[in-house]
Amino acid sequence: MYLRWFHKLSSPPYFYRLASILSPWLSGLSIALIAAGTYGGLVLAPPDYLQGDGFRMIYVHVPSAYLGMMAYVVMAMAAAVGFIWRIKLAHAVAVSAAPLGASFTLLGLVTGAIWGKPMWGTFWQWSDARLVFFLMLFFLYMGYLALRGVTEDRDKADRLSAVLAVVGVINIPIIHYSVEWWTTLHQGPTITRLDGPSITMDMLVPLLVMIAGFSFFFVWLLFVRLRGEILVREQKSRWAQELMQRSRV
Amino acid sequence: MKDFIQVLTRDLKVALRRWSELCNPLIFFLIVASLFPLAISPEASDLKRVGTGVLWISALLSSLLALDGLFRDDAEDGSMEQLILSPVPLTIVITAKMLAHWLITGLPLVVIAPVVALSYYMPLDTLTTLILALVLATPTLSVLGAIGAALTVGLRRGGPIVGLLVLPLTGPVLIFGTRATDLAVQGESAAGPLYLLGALLALAIALGPLATSAAIRVSLE
Amino acid sequence: MMEFLRMGGYGAYVWSAYGITLMVLIINIWWTYRFYKKSREALGGILGNFSKHQPTVRKIS
Repeated sequence: MYLRWFHKLSSPPYFYRLASILSPWLSGLSIALIAAGTYGGLVLAPPDYLQGDGFRMIYVHVPSAYLGMMAYVVMAMAAAVGFIWRIKLAHAVAVSAAPLGASFTLLGLVTGAIWGKPMWGTFWQWSDARLVFFLMLFFLYMGYLALRGVTEDRDKADRLSAVLAVVGVINIPIIHYSVEWWTTLHQGPTITRLDGPSITMDMLVPLLVMIAGFSFFFVWLLFVRLRGEILVREQKSRWAQELMQRSRV
Repeated sequence: MKDFIQVLTRDLKVALRRWSELCNPLIFFLIVASLFPLAISPEASDLKRVGTGVLWISALLSSLLALDGLFRDDAEDGSMEQLILSPVPLTIVITAKMLAHWLITGLPLVVIAPVVALSYYMPLDTLTTLILALVLATPTLSVLGAIGAALTVGLRRGGPIVGLLVLPLTGPVLIFGTRATDLAVQGESAAGPLYLLGALLALAIALGPLATSAAIRVSLE
Repeated sequence: MMEFLRMGGYGAYVWSAYGITLMVLIINIWWTYRFYKKSREALGGILGNFSKHQPTVRKIS
């Protein structure tokens, strides 16, 4: 039952139609959630007792950083599925996730730097493990995109970049722990941001809403990009040409 | 095992025939390491502080240098395809090639690094730790490099991006390697980071050949 | 209103963080839809040029 559904889902025309139906819903949902989260974060949430209103940057920083990492996991998993079972659609998912993930990782870094300036007095701190880790994550994305950029044959690019994505995902925990270990030895615990009980419900809810909004945003744009990818990849197949002809009439 | 040794000796013989190419990474290592004092400062106190970092960065960069030739020559004259088609498991062939690459580029580095370290005023009794760390770290670098080389071997414009693919993955090796030498310079036990370097090496040897052979197969289709 | 914009002295940081985020979101939307439109147009172009001469289209799986 599930297998059949999965098989159907991995067929490009079926998925194309599904994505076309879902995209408007996803866009509405994500924009509404992001708007609500922004309102909640900027207006409803009370100022933090330590950071005052400066903590409100959490509502853009944490969701984008989270998405940057999630997108890598999605990309690597899709790449692995595509490589092992030779599913073209899975490769298309991996390719589509990469630029989104890279841009959100960069956004996480930039908003983190902006947040760091008033709180730590510096834009960048090599002694913070998470910063260095995210920088490495960004480089992994860049390597993936660069490899795809120089590989001319699409099928080859799919499978080579899949190997790189999987090697990268094995490295993510290693990089994470090594960086943490490295920095904790150099310096005591970094400034606590929002640890434990100090975060109240009216601070937490907008954050969760924002994370949900960013996630839907990712899925929405992933689907739109995927539709483009599918059309390019399936341009010789009948259903895609029929679809185009119908849409022209 | 026989096939392993066969591939290994063949690669070593080919490398020894091209003496100048063999020396390149080593000379590159020496040049980079000697440019740092010019760029930073010739003061002994400064050099002592940056010495370990310089050594590790130079080692990292010079290990990248020989990667392009690792599979390219074999891929271009068609012998790689024969190796893929032969009954010998590709991972064995790949592991032998990695070992050859390490013997050609990694081992000379391990030998010459203490000399450079001494010129950076590092104390004599830290050299054993440095050598040990390099012995554990350079094979890992060779494995990571081989993955990068395998990914780009079929590409016309692939050469220059190997660094972009490989360098982000080398972060942990750099961290633990530098940490080990740092601890030794401070007169403390460097066992912890050395164990971790060993663990990374074990992981690289276990999974690296798989990834590399997968990439080679795709590259040469 | 001014009080809200000042953000307790953190105004410059908070608003630039939110502004950059909004910019990245919009750029992503723009890029993605441009990519989608371009791939549609590319496919339309192929059809426009060849559909008359190739009435039977080879079916792939």
